[in-house]
Amino acid sequence: MTAPTIARTTATRPRPVRAIRARPAAWLVWGLVIFFFVNLAGVIGSVVVSSFGERWFDTWLPQGWTGRWYGEAWRDFGLLPVLVTTVEVSLSVVAISVLVGVPASYVLARRSFPGRRLLYLLFLLPILMPPITYGIPLATVLYKYGFAGHFSGVVLANLVPSVPFVILTMTPFIEQIDPAIERAARMCGAGTGRIFTRILAPLLVPGMLAASILVLVRTVGMFELTFLTAGPDSTTLVVALYNSMSAAGIRAQQSVDAMAVIYTGTMLVLLVLALRVVNPTQLVARVKEEPE
Amino acid sequence: MSRPALTHRLAERGIDRQILLLVPAAVFVLVLFVYPFCYGLGLSFQPERGGPLGAYRAFFTDPYERNTIWTTLKLSLPVALLNVGVSVPIAYRMRGRFRGKRLLTTLLVVPITLGTVLTAQGLLNFLGPAGWFNRILIGAGLTDAPVRLTNNYWGVFFSLLITGFPFAFLLVLSYLSGIDPTLERAAATLGASRTQRFRRITLPLLAPGLATTFCLTFVLAFSVFPSAVLVGDPAGETRVISIAAWHAGYEQYDYAKASAIAIVMGLVELVVIAITLGWRATLFTGSTGGKG
Repeated sequence: MTAPTIARTTATRPRPVRAIRARPAAWLVWGLVIFFFVNLAGVIGSVVVSSFGERWFDTWLPQGWTGRWYGEAWRDFGLLPVLVTTVEVSLSVVAISVLVGVPASYVLARRSFPGRRLLYLLFLLPILMPPITYGIPLATVLYKYGFAGHFSGVVLANLVPSVPFVILTMTPFIEQIDPAIERAARMCGAGTGRIFTRILAPLLVPGMLAASILVLVRTVGMFELTFLTAGPDSTTLVVALYNSMSAAGIRAQQSVDAMAVIYTGTMLVLLVLALRVVNPTQLVARVKEEPE
Repeated sequence: MSRPALTHRLAERGIDRQILLLVPAAVFVLVLFVYPFCYGLGLSFQPERGGPLGAYRAFFTDPYERNTIWTTLKLSLPVALLNVGVSVPIAYRMRGRFRGKRLLTTLLVVPITLGTVLTAQGLLNFLGPAGWFNRILIGAGLTDAPVRLTNNYWGVFFSLLITGFPFAFLLVLSYLSGIDPTLERAAATLGASRTQRFRRITLPLLAPGLATTFCLTFVLAFSVFPSAVLVGDPAGETRVISIAAWHAGYEQYDYAKASAIAIVMGLVELVVIAITLGWRATLFTGSTGGKG
């Protein structure tokens, strides 16, 4: 893939002399990228190979192949309830954060009022702070009121970065809608509620879908907050994976690997879904619109 | 004044019933983010012994605890700088259109979704003493004994590189494609060389974006927790500040100390961000003329 693309970029340059001089730098850059991807493939590949391997000591590949580690991981770690909890937690977080975040994002995108910048900063802080920083006080509060250690505590903790995330992701989508459409609807006699359900909601479906999937990916992968608030019956997949890894030695390394592969598989399915809706470069470009 | 006049005057300042849509989200942030933070702040001043500042004194007088700040900075600052620094030439090379760009950006999103736990597991397998990386090194005759790359500083370093680099790259790429290419072409017609164009045109326009990227990658690296435990040396070389906070809260059950450490952690992070943003404020902040 790399050679033709270099040829193509050099061909479009006005003066070939410069292109020749730039070539070592181009090779260096592509080399770095390829080196990164080779190592990345090694990191992921070694987990996948190990999860299917029979015995793997000091050789290039395992001595035999088997799928039994998956069964073992499924039974030993009680993966079915863990997966069910993960899905339940993530979907609840997505639903609540979209319901709370979208109206707020609408007001923040469309209106100017005293204290708007302060409020914006307040919504930005949970994304900018490390989860552990606010997670520990939050977990203490949740334990005090008896939420932590249960399903509700995990959902509440995960909502803290998710609601601001929905607000920030939705803002550009709302800005794209022409306010004249709303004004026209208002002239025809529609109230705010009707404008929301009949005009804005259908137009915002792509944005809400994008925000939901991003929140879903973030929640499934969110380790710190879930780790701090989860009890035995409310562990999600990533925390279960961490627990099985930090308690290594009790169980076979391969069944931990199998579990990691299950986790990656889940994440990859979500990722493919997400990329069908969102273009990654556009997505990060929106960060630019955040004030400092 | 009669009531309609008051609502009218408020509406002129931008306050009317639509603002109520903000209430759920605002309540949310206040209850789940601001209140726990203040509660934690209060708790950190009420340790069981040592007076109001006892928890902070305990943290700063014990070198084992105090040095975690240094350990975290020593890990997160180089990683964030390297991620941003390497991203610039690569993104500069790839900002134009070429075949496979979408595939490449998609591939780069994969490590972001892998999460720290899977990356840790992969690094343990791949870079471990019997892993593929060391086998290649030994096979190529570069080293006689396996290089120790896991369970120390470098393991955590690589893990942060894998999760942080794609993020930094995508951000830098979107900032770079926001710079109008005609500016550079204009400089070229005036006789500026390739280096001059980069140094005098592109880099000044890109610098504010680089500052933001640095902040966001730094936050990611600074909140390192799972990988510092799993691929690092959590009792020594990579005992980062989040481990200290977790240790105080969940192993010693000293919530005052845990909150104090979390507050210190947040403050250190905010200082670094404030310095970066202060530097950014001295840079050019106008339009870069591109797609925005």
